[in-house]
Amino acid sequence: MAQVSLRKIVKAYEGGVQAVKGIDLEISDHEFVVLVGPSGCGKSTTLRMIAGLEEITDGEIAIGGTVVNDIPPRDRDIAMVFQNYALYPHMSVYENMAFGLTLRKFPKAEIDKRVKEAARILDIMPLLERKPKALSGGQRQRVAMGRAIVRDPKVFLFDEPLSNLDAKLRVQMRTEIKKVHQTVNTTTVYVTHDQVEAMTLADRVVVMNHGVIEQVGPPQVLYHSPATKFVAGFIGSPAMNFIPARLEQASGALRLHLTQGISLDIPAARTERYRQHAGKDVLFGIRPEHLTDDKPTDKTNPAPLTLTPEVIEPMGMETLAHFKLDGAEISARLDPATPAAVGAPLRLIAHMDQMHLIDPTTDKVL
Amino acid sequence: MSTTTAPAEQGIYHTAGSLRSERRWALWSAYISLVVAAIIMLAPPVYMLLTSLKTSAEVADQSGSPWWVRNPTLENYWALLGNRMFIDFFLNSAKVTIAVVALTMVISVLAAFALGRMRFWGSQALATGVFLTYLVPDTLLFIPLYQIVGGLGLLDNAWGLVLVYPTLTVPFCTWIMIGYFASIPKELDEAALIDGANWMQMLWKIFIPVALPGIIAATIFAFTVSWAAFVYPTAFITTPSEMPMTIGVVSQLIRGDTFAWGQLMAGALLAALPPVVIYAFLMDYYIAGLTAGATKG
Amino acid sequence: MADGASLAIPSTAAPASGSLKRFARRRSTIALIMTLPLIAVIGGLVVWPAGYAIHLATLNRRMTSFIGLGNFEILLESETFRMVIFQSVFFAITAVILKAAIGFWLAHMLHHIPANGQRKWRGMLLVPWVIPPALSTLGWWWMFEPTYSSINWLLNVFAIPSVPWLGEPWWARISVIIVNVWYGAPFFMIMYLAALKSVPEQLYEAAAIDGATSWQRLRYVTLPMMRNIISITVLFSLIVTFANYDIVRVLTNGGPRDLTHVFASYAFQVGILAGNIPRGAAVSLFMFPILAVIAFFVLRGVNRRNREEA
Repeated sequence: MAQVSLRKIVKAYEGGVQAVKGIDLEISDHEFVVLVGPSGCGKSTTLRMIAGLEEITDGEIAIGGTVVNDIPPRDRDIAMVFQNYALYPHMSVYENMAFGLTLRKFPKAEIDKRVKEAARILDIMPLLERKPKALSGGQRQRVAMGRAIVRDPKVFLFDEPLSNLDAKLRVQMRTEIKKVHQTVNTTTVYVTHDQVEAMTLADRVVVMNHGVIEQVGPPQVLYHSPATKFVAGFIGSPAMNFIPARLEQASGALRLHLTQGISLDIPAARTERYRQHAGKDVLFGIRPEHLTDDKPTDKTNPAPLTLTPEVIEPMGMETLAHFKLDGAEISARLDPATPAAVGAPLRLIAHMDQMHLIDPTTDKVL
Repeated sequence: MSTTTAPAEQGIYHTAGSLRSERRWALWSAYISLVVAAIIMLAPPVYMLLTSLKTSAEVADQSGSPWWVRNPTLENYWALLGNRMFIDFFLNSAKVTIAVVALTMVISVLAAFALGRMRFWGSQALATGVFLTYLVPDTLLFIPLYQIVGGLGLLDNAWGLVLVYPTLTVPFCTWIMIGYFASIPKELDEAALIDGANWMQMLWKIFIPVALPGIIAATIFAFTVSWAAFVYPTAFITTPSEMPMTIGVVSQLIRGDTFAWGQLMAGALLAALPPVVIYAFLMDYYIAGLTAGATKG
Repeated sequence: MADGASLAIPSTAAPASGSLKRFARRRSTIALIMTLPLIAVIGGLVVWPAGYAIHLATLNRRMTSFIGLGNFEILLESETFRMVIFQSVFFAITAVILKAAIGFWLAHMLHHIPANGQRKWRGMLLVPWVIPPALSTLGWWWMFEPTYSSINWLLNVFAIPSVPWLGEPWWARISVIIVNVWYGAPFFMIMYLAALKSVPEQLYEAAAIDGATSWQRLRYVTLPMMRNIISITVLFSLIVTFANYDIVRVLTNGGPRDLTHVFASYAFQVGILAGNIPRGAAVSLFMFPILAVIAFFVLRGVNRRNREEA
């Protein structure tokens, strides 16, 4: 009933600059889709085109099967939560939430019912008479969501709604948004630059860069099988390590040659996949969490490298160690119990079953 | 090394010691300047008040200090308040001012909203034009306006003033309203747009309430300027019954060779009362409006 | 789904087709309608009269025939009008410099006292700006009155001889300037105070740590930060002072012997009182090029600085 379809959407500004370069996306009913990417990647512009706040240069947007290209925002049956909340400062929380319904001439009783229901879901009943000024950041966020919920629209649009909150509150509100979506189950398009938000909230994540979609998929798929170097580096924190290497054939098996005489065996399961690229220069991608300290007991994946850390960052539950290898900055996640010190060589294990190889000419993951 | 640190240390101690006395001296000179300034700034109105409380005989008596009232009396005020002509001045001023303020606010709020938020062809040029118009003084225009108002048969008529006063008020009020509207975040109108508001609802239900301090400031400005306007009424009005306060007091209460100084000063003070009262009660808005022209421009 | 979409299009989207563009066009139309009253005021009451003034200035006294620049020639040849030019320029420049200096000084002093007292002082010091100038000038007129002058009485107390305030041309000029400065200095003070408050305290702290003395902080932090507000305020004030009418009209009415007339009061005298409308229009038109040149240079400077600092 409320699918959103983007077909070959283009947004060009005067002077020919293209913010969005022809993207296709099908969002199904009840789905929670997160558009994520660095600033300037076109994610907000895409959202604003769905909202009708920006004109579409080319292509077609349909909401619930109706092409909405030429329908003004108020008739699209959408609700939006803004980064700075955009609460009307002169209205109470109740009035803020009721405003959209009042303009649509809903009966008073119905408005009251809906506002109370939304306030109950969001746990802001005691705040209804307050003005936005008297609310904390998290409370304002809830009211902004309440304003969207009462409208019971076809689609929720969120434009970086958590960016103005401090770190702790952001985590809390993230859970809150997910809970609300599970309750009201409205199709949601959510824009953020924070990949953690994207991963935790989304049914499907859409990674955008330079106005195009790099990859669409469920969070786990993006994490384990990124399609491009950009996605591989963008999803996950700390970011994936990329090390220049050369893929060599050695008596049926494949080996990866790094510099300084380090070479790593490609697991047998991946040999067939990579064979055609043997003899080529590649980028060896491995996440810090798959580059750990060598424990004598752990013999399942014996590919030890010895590196000398330049910076050690103890985080409590783990320790991050940063190295330099062949000009690339790389990091590893160590067991906090490991005695690591700057300048003292460390034996690391690369979990090769989690590695990726990237073609440096196309930036595609092989 | 030691030869260079020693004097430096001494220097630090020196300034540290004098820092307090320097601050104290600065504070004293500030207060002295302010007291002197306040005396000079308030002397004329105070002297006007003193004179207005004197009888004509006391004004004429030069034996004592003119800065003192020996037999204070309100007779000058009673005389004015019983004077039909003076009451007419007041009513004319009130009539003209209220009409001009209402007209100005409607024109400027509508225009500022359209210019600041709706963006259409030529809106930028028009906004600049508004600012430049504000720089055109009334004394440049009163002669052609005299001809135009005369051509419309509105000379010697308070309504003629209602027609021309907007030249004094509309450009500035529009200009500061553009500034106030511009300070409202863009997301607020987008939220209203998505909530289903049309342009009029957006202006009426969102912009006007949110920019209320600006609207009050602009209203005060329009009021003060209309009440104090002098060139236009002096040029256009010659019949006492159509005169507003300013020109009425200046031209009609000065009669003959021996001036009734006490009554003249009482009249001037009464005429100045409305803007002063507004200032006293709404000082912050008044000052916000005053500074908005330069800081928001 | 594709079928559903194509079915839905004719029913709901077709009537609305192109309506976002129409929505934008309608927005322009509504916006234009909303600005029409403003355009009417600017066009009908400022631009049109300004053009009409130029037309009037080229007519003869009875407004029956075109005499080109005749009025301007006659004016420039007249001793009285040359005096008006001198007096206007002298008055405007002296008064604005004094207002700017006093206003700056007071703003600075006000900024230095504890914040909770500032409101009260500011309130008192702004009183001259609040009283309609025509009325407060009446009070000054009374204080300057030759026989009863309360100012002279005070001077006499300090054994200073009485001053013929409005009787002698130079003293009359000074009197006009005094009243104008008294009226206008508080405005400068308020503007500068707002500007001073907008300079972030951290800049001063950084300058102090860099070793700047209080004079250097003023010279290198305060003044550059306030340059735009100073220029705009000076521009406003220069225009308003240059075009001043109220004070001259009430205080001297051009006297003694037409020696204290400024453009506005002389235009009034010639155009309205003496009934020579074209020549009066010519007098006030003399203000226009001067004001335009000042405005051009000040606004160019402000724009340039805004661009640089944006």
